[in-house]
Amino acid sequence: MDFLHEVIQLYIERKDWFLELTGAHITLSLTAVLLAGVLGLLLGIWIAECPKVSGPVLTVANICYTIPSISLLGMLIPLLGIGNPTAVVALTLYGIMPMVRNTYAGITGVSSDIVSAAEAMGSTRLQIMLKIKLPLAMGVIIAGVRNMVVMTISVAAIASFIGAGGLGVAIYRGITIYDTAMTFSGSLLIALLAILCDGLLGLVEKKIKKGMHLI
Amino acid sequence: MEMIRLEHVSKSFGTQKVLDDLSLSVNEGEFLTVIGRSGCGKTTMLRLINGLQKPDSGDVYVEGLNIKDADLIALRRRTGYVIQNKGLFPHMTVEKNISYVPVISGHKNKEENRRKAIRLLKLVGLDESMADRYPSELSGGQQQRVGIARALAAEAKLLLMDEPFGALDEITKRALQDEMLALQEKLHMTVVFITHDIREAMKLGDRVLVMEQGRIAQLDTPEMIRRHPADAFVRELTASD
Repeated sequence: MDFLHEVIQLYIERKDWFLELTGAHITLSLTAVLLAGVLGLLLGIWIAECPKVSGPVLTVANICYTIPSISLLGMLIPLLGIGNPTAVVALTLYGIMPMVRNTYAGITGVSSDIVSAAEAMGSTRLQIMLKIKLPLAMGVIIAGVRNMVVMTISVAAIASFIGAGGLGVAIYRGITIYDTAMTFSGSLLIALLAILCDGLLGLVEKKIKKGMHLI
Repeated sequence: MEMIRLEHVSKSFGTQKVLDDLSLSVNEGEFLTVIGRSGCGKTTMLRLINGLQKPDSGDVYVEGLNIKDADLIALRRRTGYVIQNKGLFPHMTVEKNISYVPVISGHKNKEENRRKAIRLLKLVGLDESMADRYPSELSGGQQQRVGIARALAAEAKLLLMDEPFGALDEITKRALQDEMLALQEKLHMTVVFITHDIREAMKLGDRVLVMEQGRIAQLDTPEMIRRHPADAFVRELTASD
């Protein structure tokens, strides 16, 4: 109970600091989410349309995903220095994989009967993509977005180790000055942020699936 | 006038020869039914006619134009295509499904498209209250009617139908067959209709094409096929009629 009391005390005393860190954390995550979202979507569409490149692209995306986050950040420092831009690049590289994989799976999972009917009716390739494939793949793609957002928010905590902002700063400082309450306070906010975003995106996912009559 | 002509068309998938030197001519306004075993090349033939497949050798002409030289997108938009089940877009309402070809062809006037969709719904025997439903909320027979309405929205002179009534119960099937005949009488379309039901083929077709292993076993009026089957396969087929 003492510990919890200490945490609450910390939140009250350093309210502004935590708010600032939360704001920075959201900005950092959101930038990476938007970049990974757009790039991953485009890459996913590309490999779904050109099956020849799907193997290599998925392999590269998988490799990026399996590099431990701390070492990916470390490897980027000589190239990009320290600070927020490096963190954004690393988080984007991580986020691309779930986006590419889900976009690819969603698009290639659309029934070939439906695609063939659209083609037989005189749709152009672009019309098939925009009017048939993407809307029908949207449920799977949104699931990928959800996955990616939660992951980005939690991995963004590591970014403060290379001098980027965000709630990782509280965690890192807590570790260096042996203040467990501070580390915990930062972690708790990250967890809450992730849960909140997951819940909101879950609602969006449901709404989209209902709108598309996929469930 | 001649609507479709196939000249010495051959098509293989891998080592499997699906169409073997097939030549055929379909007149404007004719109702041609095509029957044969699974894998005899019926669907491939249909897909050649709107350029979804290309022949390995031989030529396909539609409206007198070799489809090698035709604008395939424009040709397909003028050609109605109905397939068994699954052809409707599950994420679009009945109205949006029917308006699909007009919309992708650039006709975006919503009121006009809706009016047209409702007129087509009535034409195929459905109530206009169906317009805002989704395909999953319709019965099999209703879905198939919507499929036909959608094909007609292109104001098609040529209708390609691939076992459109294959999955329906006998009663619904018969009702739709009668309506198909009435529609064709009214709209004077050229129809190529694939089926695996000999009774359906005989009932609907002005001529019936019996296919066997990518070749024409017999192509004649139902009457002649019944009276003078060309070979044992056709005889066996019509015996069950």
